Amino acid sequence: MDIFVAKEVTKRYAAQTALNKVSINVPENSIYGLLGPNGAGKTTLIRIINQIIAPDEGELFIYGEKLQPKHTAMIGYLPEERGLYKKMPVGEQALYLAQLKGVPKQVALKRLKLLFEKFEIQDWWAKNVEELSKGMQQKVQFIVTIIHEPKLLIFDEPFSGFDPINATLIRDEILELRKKGASVIFSTHNMASVEELCDDIALINKSKKILEGSVSDIKQTYRSNSYELSYNGYAENFKSLLPESFTLLEESNVDSLRTAKIKLPFGESPNALLQLVLPHVEVHAFKEMLPSMNDIFIEKVNENRATVSSNLS
Amino acid sequence: MTLLGPLLMAGIFIVPVIIGMKSHTKHDIMVLDETGSFQGKFKNNVDDNGLIFKAFTGSPEAGKDSVKTGKFSTLLYIAKPTENQPPKPIMFSIKQPDINIKNYVSSIMDKEVEKQKLTEQGITEEQIKAIKSDIAITTIKINENGKEEKSSTELAMILGYVSSLIIYMFIFIYGVQVMKGVIEEKTSRIVEVIISSVKPFELMMGKIFGIALVCLTQVLLWIILTTSIIGVFKTVIPDKYNPTKTEQISNQHKVPVTGTQATSVEATSSNKQIGNDILTGLGNINYVQELLMFVFFFVGGYLLYAALFAAIGAAVDSETDTQQFMLPITAPLIISIVAAQAVMQNPDGPLAVWLSIIPFTSPIIMMVRLPFNVPAGQIALSLALLVVGFLCTTWIAAKVYRTGILMYGKKVNYKELWKWIKYKG
Repeated sequence: MDIFVAKEVTKRYAAQTALNKVSINVPENSIYGLLGPNGAGKTTLIRIINQIIAPDEGELFIYGEKLQPKHTAMIGYLPEERGLYKKMPVGEQALYLAQLKGVPKQVALKRLKLLFEKFEIQDWWAKNVEELSKGMQQKVQFIVTIIHEPKLLIFDEPFSGFDPINATLIRDEILELRKKGASVIFSTHNMASVEELCDDIALINKSKKILEGSVSDIKQTYRSNSYELSYNGYAENFKSLLPESFTLLEESNVDSLRTAKIKLPFGESPNALLQLVLPHVEVHAFKEMLPSMNDIFIEKVNENRATVSSNLS
Repeated sequence: MTLLGPLLMAGIFIVPVIIGMKSHTKHDIMVLDETGSFQGKFKNNVDDNGLIFKAFTGSPEAGKDSVKTGKFSTLLYIAKPTENQPPKPIMFSIKQPDINIKNYVSSIMDKEVEKQKLTEQGITEEQIKAIKSDIAITTIKINENGKEEKSSTELAMILGYVSSLIIYMFIFIYGVQVMKGVIEEKTSRIVEVIISSVKPFELMMGKIFGIALVCLTQVLLWIILTTSIIGVFKTVIPDKYNPTKTEQISNQHKVPVTGTQATSVEATSSNKQIGNDILTGLGNINYVQELLMFVFFFVGGYLLYAALFAAIGAAVDSETDTQQFMLPITAPLIISIVAAQAVMQNPDGPLAVWLSIIPFTSPIIMMVRLPFNVPAGQIALSLALLVVGFLCTTWIAAKVYRTGILMYGKKVNYKELWKWIKYKG
């Protein structure tokens, strides 16, 4: 079941269209990556999901119910630009923001105590926010985002500003939240973390969704039938072993092992390649080269740019 | 602010009294009277005006030299006049003599010359005294029920001006506070977190009402503290703080003192009359109406302006950018407090009527007019328009706020604001 659905959401500002009929489906208990270059419309979509701004067209549903103001208590939002009241003590502020989300004071107090301990900032409870380092402020903000145990979490670049240790802490927490039943919309430019965390993604470019699906499916779709072969022997002319239709992308020599990257024609089985080379070389490793999310991102955005400009001309 | 304000306010009432008490330094004035008819007419009155007159014998030149060498500060030289001409007194001093000395000397001499002339015509001193009159007008308001009330114009003016001044100050101070609050939330970026929990309109109204409560608490504290400070002052110096006495002191230099005890008593009694008027006037003010109106115009005016201040806060990125938007908002406020003076002179003139009905100026101007009995129809219209006014400004402000609060790094001008107001949804 999809916890969150956006149907053909459109938002126009005076001169430009920020979102053009964008639809997304966030499955329950998953991490959904919202990707796209800067200015693509991700933040607009996130703000619409948070009901900060209203869409011009389109509908939004949470648990099958039309999105309404009362649903804000089910959503936790960590904006890209973090901010807290600078001259207010950390604990008091966290308590206030939790109550704003409808958590009773005593419950909030209990949860905050636990979370402050978990994130090792319990000593900072009575300090003013401006006394905290940036990383600590980020931790406070993260706690504030999850304090009301939302069903749907929206993280906009959650790892920016964290050192590797704290970034891992946050990542583990996100994974744990998913395990507990929350769904996450995750907006980022960090493709490595997308591959690591996301189950599904949507790629938005120039206010339109240009790609969506599960990360593994997308990778399958974008595989190019290329393989990496590590072998020993037959150093002189590996290329001569291959038929014309096979492309040798790259050849390298690391230590005593040689590595070749070969692209096979569409529909050709990797077994054909192995059969060709086995009589001549000693195979140490053989694997398919799957495209990284980074490659797919760049390829799709560039392809989109090309079609847009060709449409214009 | 909490303590300083009442101290300042109490100061406004108390300081003039203290100045009235302490302002007279002793002044020695040598009188060289060649006519001989003014000698002994100048009374030494150290308590009242600090002047001590002494006869000087010698030539005018010798007197001038003494002033030059600093033997005494002032020489009053009354040369013998030519036939039928009034005497021409000259005052020699190193420092410019103050206006009180001049006024006192000329009033005494006026009286004396007048008396001499009248005596020459054969009118006796008793007759002169009988002619003297001192008119003080008693004002009585007749209300619709035909009930007569003793009123005091002076009191009406003071009451109107003080209450309008309070409204002006608090709209300004707390309006800017609303604006600063909005800017703080915007620049610290916490606003995005908060409006993911509550609607922007709710946040804006929350800010406005929250600060309104702070503001009302402050006004209440001011009123209580100011009255108690004045109360304490009254008990410490009961004799001097008394409207009658104050009036008397301030009138001392206006009412010509004839030099005879009888007339000065008359003068005092007429001053007492004004003082009594104020006291009876105080008893006859409709406090309930006055207070209700004050609270209404205060709250209405604050809401009207606070919404606009909130909109400015949302439109800019920092306090330094607020200037261009502040002017059109502060202009009506400043115009009304300036116009308040003119309105007091003519509380039923067209300027007064119009300014007390336009919502942007009515909170201040209506408070000035109110003690002069404004027709109920005008009050009702003014109140209704004020409500409409703040609903309008709040509606516009909400539109600007909603868009502006999430807009960063954009130089906003009026054209841009207009676009924001037109956005639907």
